[in-house]
Amino acid sequence: MSDERLSVFKTYKLYVGGKFPRSESGRVYEVTDSKGKWLANAPLSSRKDARDAVVAARKAFGAWSGATAYNRGQVLYRVAEMLEGRRDQFTREVADAEGLSKSKAAAVVDATIDRWVWYAGWTDKIAQVVGGGNPVAGPFFNLSSPEPTGVVAVLAPQESSFLGLVSVLAPVIATGNTAVVVASERSPLPALSLAEVLATSDVPGGVVNVLSGRTAEIATPLASHQDVNAIDLAGADEELAKELEIAAADNLKRVLRPQPVDYAETPGIDRMTAFLETKTVWHPTGSLGASGSSY
Amino acid sequence: MPSTALTAAHPLKDVTTSDSALRRFLHGLPGVDAVGLEGRAASLGTRSIKTTAKAYAIDLAISMVDLTTLEGADTPGKVRALGAKAVHPDPTDRTTPATAAVCVYPDMVTAAKEAVAGSTVKVASVATAFPAGRAALDVKLADVRDAVAAGADEIDMVIDRGAFLAGRYLKVYDEITAVKEACGTSARLKVIFETGELSTYDNIRRASWLGMLAGADFIKTSTGKVAVNATPANTLLMLEAVRDFRAQTGIQVGVKPAGGIRTSKDAIKFLVLVNETVGEDWLDNHWFRFGASSLLNDLLMQRQKLATGRYSGPDYVTVD
Amino acid sequence: MTVEKMPSVFAYAPAPESRSVVDIAPSYGLFIDGEFADAADGKVFKTVSPSSEEVLSEIAQAGAEDVDRAVKAARGAFEKWSALPGSERAKYLFRIARIIQERSRELAVLETLDNGKPIKETRDADLPLVAAHFFYYAGWADKLDHAGFGADPRPLGVAGQVIPWNFPLLMLAWKIAPALATGNTVVLKPAETTPLSALFFADICRQAGLPKGVVNIIPGYGDAGAALVAHPDVNKVAFTGSTAVGKEIARTVAGTRKKLTLELGGKGANIVFDDAPIDQAVEGIVNGIFFNQGQVCCAGSRLLVQESIQEELLESLKRRLSTLRLGDPLDKNTDIGAINSAEQLTRITSLVEQGEAEGAERWSPACELPESGYWFAPTLFTNVTQAHRIARDEIFGPVLSVLTFRTPDEAVAKANNTPYGLSAGIWTEKGSRILAVANKLRAGVVWSNTFNKFDPTSPFGGYKESGFGREGGRHGLEAYLDV
Repeated sequence: MSDERLSVFKTYKLYVGGKFPRSESGRVYEVTDSKGKWLANAPLSSRKDARDAVVAARKAFGAWSGATAYNRGQVLYRVAEMLEGRRDQFTREVADAEGLSKSKAAAVVDATIDRWVWYAGWTDKIAQVVGGGNPVAGPFFNLSSPEPTGVVAVLAPQESSFLGLVSVLAPVIATGNTAVVVASERSPLPALSLAEVLATSDVPGGVVNVLSGRTAEIATPLASHQDVNAIDLAGADEELAKELEIAAADNLKRVLRPQPVDYAETPGIDRMTAFLETKTVWHPTGSLGASGSSY
Repeated sequence: MPSTALTAAHPLKDVTTSDSALRRFLHGLPGVDAVGLEGRAASLGTRSIKTTAKAYAIDLAISMVDLTTLEGADTPGKVRALGAKAVHPDPTDRTTPATAAVCVYPDMVTAAKEAVAGSTVKVASVATAFPAGRAALDVKLADVRDAVAAGADEIDMVIDRGAFLAGRYLKVYDEITAVKEACGTSARLKVIFETGELSTYDNIRRASWLGMLAGADFIKTSTGKVAVNATPANTLLMLEAVRDFRAQTGIQVGVKPAGGIRTSKDAIKFLVLVNETVGEDWLDNHWFRFGASSLLNDLLMQRQKLATGRYSGPDYVTVD
Repeated sequence: MTVEKMPSVFAYAPAPESRSVVDIAPSYGLFIDGEFADAADGKVFKTVSPSSEEVLSEIAQAGAEDVDRAVKAARGAFEKWSALPGSERAKYLFRIARIIQERSRELAVLETLDNGKPIKETRDADLPLVAAHFFYYAGWADKLDHAGFGADPRPLGVAGQVIPWNFPLLMLAWKIAPALATGNTVVLKPAETTPLSALFFADICRQAGLPKGVVNIIPGYGDAGAALVAHPDVNKVAFTGSTAVGKEIARTVAGTRKKLTLELGGKGANIVFDDAPIDQAVEGIVNGIFFNQGQVCCAGSRLLVQESIQEELLESLKRRLSTLRLGDPLDKNTDIGAINSAEQLTRITSLVEQGEAEGAERWSPACELPESGYWFAPTLFTNVTQAHRIARDEIFGPVLSVLTFRTPDEAVAKANNTPYGLSAGIWTEKGSRILAVANKLRAGVVWSNTFNKFDPTSPFGGYKESGFGREGGRHGLEAYLDV
């Protein structure tokens, strides 16, 4: 007999529309640590799961993009607070997933939480940085403002299962987009656990949807989906990225191509601007003439 | 002369029954976007009127001039000279059309009538304590009656801008109807808004409808005595108003831009506005006038240029 | 009435702009590496005046080999050009802007001849905007460090640019000015029906002393455009044109490192509320769909009018349409010019016939069309629903589809119910409604109480299938910088 109690395993599930369903296909796949040891079974998402996630993301887009930037900042900051409370859990999951020592994994988790905080602070500043008034040569008020593109499919980086994930997800939702995230194929557990954090913070259901499984299998229907507005190909290899970019042309999705990124570095604003549209609004001003009367 | 007053049965008559009804109606008129209005006026100003069209436009413009003198220094002599010029604007060319009218102060009406006797030229008289309009209604009405009694064919009254800007629309309305009554059946009434003092285009549209509801035969922009007088934009707006008023009531009202129109080029731009906003129904001097003085000489010089191919000079037209 | 009525109506006499201000050569070559040259395979094509079908000139037709030569020339010029201090590049662009101003009457007449649009538009809209665009981006060339893209942003290299025929010289300006300001070199393919102003621009580059190879102009057809876009040594692709071709280009550059911006089609909604400034709204509607014969990607081709004022508005609109003057584009009083090509005329005609077949009610003012050339009368469709093709497809012609709505929500829903998202208009005197509706419209440019206004400082471009990237303003720099 041993003193050790038998631990309770967690059943990892997808996160779609604020709920935690299994894959509609009923399939799972084995997730192992960096040394090949079994960690858990993760849902193996199908194209129908992808479709459901898009529906959920579209449904959530109106309210999330219409929320005040201050409110989105508060919500994202709340996520960081919740993450901080689960620091140990994520440290263990990241260590397993990426084969890191406990202290290195802890540093990655800290950096990840700090990244949420960084993006939480951006929500009500990005419009001032990339938008503004334009001095047109005529009696018109002219203002350009950034607006979220819509539903963004995010292929999370394959290697950096948590910091990389957050580094691609947070900028998408900070600006008011909603996301369908395809977790790292080999290391999906931190992403699936992040979903639990999102569900227990104030992020409305559907704003972030997390799918696990074969990246290529899930990404293909997302790239060709006519109701997805943009796609971040961070987690696609060169060959897949090209295929997906071709599919994405069908409705002219905004495409962020894969590129080498050091996720430990402080990011710029590119990942936010990649999924922002610029809207320019004109309105006549009239003019006050010399006599003070302009009509 | 066609009826220029709304019958008691007309639905629009209801809007003049109280101050509040009148306010609701006038404030319910479509707004005016200043930049859009000015843009449209400017765009029509780029029309290129050449050769035969120009000759036609110049003669039309001459026939529409209310040749005006409204100075403290006016004398019967000055008015007689003006009248002679109105009848035969170009003594060297008798094919030149006469102007529509001469426009003078009430005490000059008699002299003016004599000067234009036997011609088609009308005598218009400003009245109602022109140009400020700051006098008691009795005084204004006496002013009108004097002019009518002296034979004025047309009365150019000013509205009470103070009352208008204070929102006392019914007072303005009542004053116009009283003046209209004083004009009797012999004189046509032009109602001057002094658009430069009304300050906004929305006010000009409201004033236009107010004047027309009260029985104006003509609506007129300005006295010529303030900084901003007739402009293409405010005239375009008033043309839109008479167009819409006729569509609703069947009553046609004339338009008279006054003050600041000095060159043939300017005048032709106004005629283009008329042509493309209300069309040929308004393209004669019964329905459109220019309140001007120096404009006539420029029109005459341009007319001579078209006839001879040479540019004319000020020595070849008469001084007023 | 005692005064005699004048004998005739006020008929405007012909007022043609003089054609003699422009001297069109019988033939033009490709402009590559600072020289005009024949196409490698000797092919030529004719460019005609759409208002008369008169052949204006014979133009060398670029093929794949010429594209390659042009890209090589641009590549060859890139190193020196991009290494020039920004202040020197700026001065070249200022020179170009000034020469355009000096030659603007000539260019306006040329553009009117080759494109068919009225001289009033080329003189008062196209040319002033072209010069202003070069002037605006000239000033950026030495201020890129302060443009918000980090310190010392770098150019991309060779820009391959393909432009349409609706605003030939203006689209050239939108492409070339930011590309040069940021230090890129350019290969530009003008549309096959309107090559002339781009070739005149080549001459302006020579007058300005622009180094050889920095700007290369290769007139040709779609195959030349496709070859340019696909060329492996092109770093940046910018295209303005149809959504179908835009998608093809997106597929072509997939998997490469080429930066892509697309400015594509639209089906702009022009929303008129019952409290609109009606007279100005009517002008805005007319301008929105009849400017450049409606051959404008951001045209307000769907009129959404609140049901309560539909009758009144349509009456005003029809009255206004009957004052439009269609005819000789060189006449200074012409409002509506010729359709750009026989092909475009066929497309418009066929879509309009479909509209009738689907049961929409067609109306045009009495309007005599000239016998030669390509013409289409201003056309209005009422009884149109969202399900009609004329409410969904971009017609790119002087054809307005009128739909109605009852509430602001319905207006927004209908306006957004399209794969496009380039432009929209809102007409109301209520400020909060403007802001609320503008906020909800999924379109890159929203004109409230105005329409079809353009300015070099104002970013232009679409949402959804109207493309991506912005042209104009500080935003327009991004497309040409490695950021």
